[in-house]
Amino acid sequence: MTTTAPPSAPRGIRRHWSEHGLAFTLPFLLVYAAFLVFPLLWGVRMSLGNDDIAGTQSEFVGLDNYVEAVRDPDVWSSLWNTVWFTVLSTVPLVVVGLVLALLAHHLRFVNWLWRLSWFAPFLLPSGVVCLLWLWVIYPSDFGFADQLLNAFGLQPGIGWLTDARYAMLSIVLTTVWWTVGFNFLLYLAALQAIPQHLYEAAELDGAGPWQRLRTITLPLLNRTTGVVLVLQLLASLKIFDQVYIMTGGGPDESTRPILQYVFQAGFTGYRIGYASAISYIFFALIVLVSLIHLRLTRRSREENAA
Amino acid sequence: MSERTFAVKVRRNAGQIVLTTLGALLAALWLVPFGWALSTSLKPEGDTQLLPLKWIQSNMNLDAYRSVLDTGDIPKWLVNSVIVSTGVTALTLAVSALAAYGFARTHFRFRKALFGLTLAGIMVPGTVITAPLFANVRTMGLVDTYWGVILPQVSAPAMVFILYKFFQGVPRELEEAARIDGAGRWRIFLGIVLPLSRPVLAAVGIFTFIGSWNNFMWPYLVTTDPDLATLPVGLATVQSSFGIRWAQLMAGALLAALPLLIVFVFFQRQIVRGVAHTGIAGQ
Repeated sequence: MTTTAPPSAPRGIRRHWSEHGLAFTLPFLLVYAAFLVFPLLWGVRMSLGNDDIAGTQSEFVGLDNYVEAVRDPDVWSSLWNTVWFTVLSTVPLVVVGLVLALLAHHLRFVNWLWRLSWFAPFLLPSGVVCLLWLWVIYPSDFGFADQLLNAFGLQPGIGWLTDARYAMLSIVLTTVWWTVGFNFLLYLAALQAIPQHLYEAAELDGAGPWQRLRTITLPLLNRTTGVVLVLQLLASLKIFDQVYIMTGGGPDESTRPILQYVFQAGFTGYRIGYASAISYIFFALIVLVSLIHLRLTRRSREENAA
Repeated sequence: MSERTFAVKVRRNAGQIVLTTLGALLAALWLVPFGWALSTSLKPEGDTQLLPLKWIQSNMNLDAYRSVLDTGDIPKWLVNSVIVSTGVTALTLAVSALAAYGFARTHFRFRKALFGLTLAGIMVPGTVITAPLFANVRTMGLVDTYWGVILPQVSAPAMVFILYKFFQGVPRELEEAARIDGAGRWRIFLGIVLPLSRPVLAAVGIFTFIGSWNNFMWPYLVTTDPDLATLPVGLATVQSSFGIRWAQLMAGALLAALPLLIVFVFFQRQIVRGVAHTGIAGQ
């Protein structure tokens, strides 16, 4: 499929054309090698040593770091926090994204307003998002959120970020507000790609709006849902910013995600070898989810081709 | 108008009213944190926590904004963010477009193997290699430099893949015709392929820019010099230094939010398309 020159072209031209190939890719390959491939391999070496952060002293310690990581209760608890956050956040992020997209798709006017209000938060730096939400829930007991709940007759008095029962939920809430716009746009694009004549035909057959949604829209969105779901899992597993800024992992490490523990081990505890070992354990988890993603997209591509 | 179509119309309009109400409620819910921040930022510092909470009061003013701008931190962070994000975007576009074209349309030794290696990199989340990457950047002497912040963000295999898919779809006949007219590879790439790829380049560029603009962890790690802090880094540290001056905090947060919101208003269509493009193919 990829022939550079037509078969009839003289050899000289063909060779001349080929020479440029490497020149095109070289700048990228250099950056890629220096900042991705090399660190990835070097990290393996580091995880097998006891490097400190300055990289001055390093002894080979074999799999000691991995053994320690598997026995470290903090690894397990922060891994659990990560998975728990992923479970709690993924469902609302996908469902709310779909609901918002359906609304925006069916509303006939001020399209820009829906897109702006639901997608705009996605454009904010994590620091801004956290500040805005800290101020919504602060001060506990008589801040904005508490007053709002009061107005509905609820007497919350919730330690939004200081009570271990609610801290993770507050972070989920902040995250949904922040990033749901991305899923919203993916769904909106998928909705706009559904041919209108399907609905017209269904309407002629007497299908009501609810029936059209159930029998046409949702089935046709299945593939998008698969993709959105996996992208969301991957994004949620990488949770770091919100927790680090809003609770610092607390209270009592109840919200600390695995990446923060890596960060603490490596950059606060100066044990970069150990931090790398934990990273690779986490990496295995991510690769697993990515492989599922690859499978899904490949299948959908085959469906497209068929 | 027959009775039936009239009934359908009434039902439709009723449906629209219900949907619009629901949409407006949800939109309001999403805008509330902005609105509350705006209201707070306009209050005198002493009034921000008075009960009952008020959205509007008579003595609102711009003092908080003035104080924030006077300390000079936010303008400085803004400039840093612009430098870093523009650098990352320009370099990523250049490097990725070249590589994607090389992989899609030229032949060279190990092309397939190198492309395979590039695709495999899409699965590697940047955060996982943070520790060795930091060690590497340190060895290169790039800690506390703009280059140290920018260069690692330029290696974006997903963007190469997106552009590769697009370049594959550019009709080969166009290139062949130019070649017969004596154009070389570079002239074909710059004069024909790139202009045809404007939409996808815009998508990749915007997406890269947003990602870089909001990147927190890497700039936070690789800079200790407060003069090099980008917006996300500066804002994360600001809570402690501002103490509990909420009017100023909110003024700062809104000022920091403004640039990309303005960009969004102007490039709404491209951004929406960019997310659809890069979101599916990219991650």
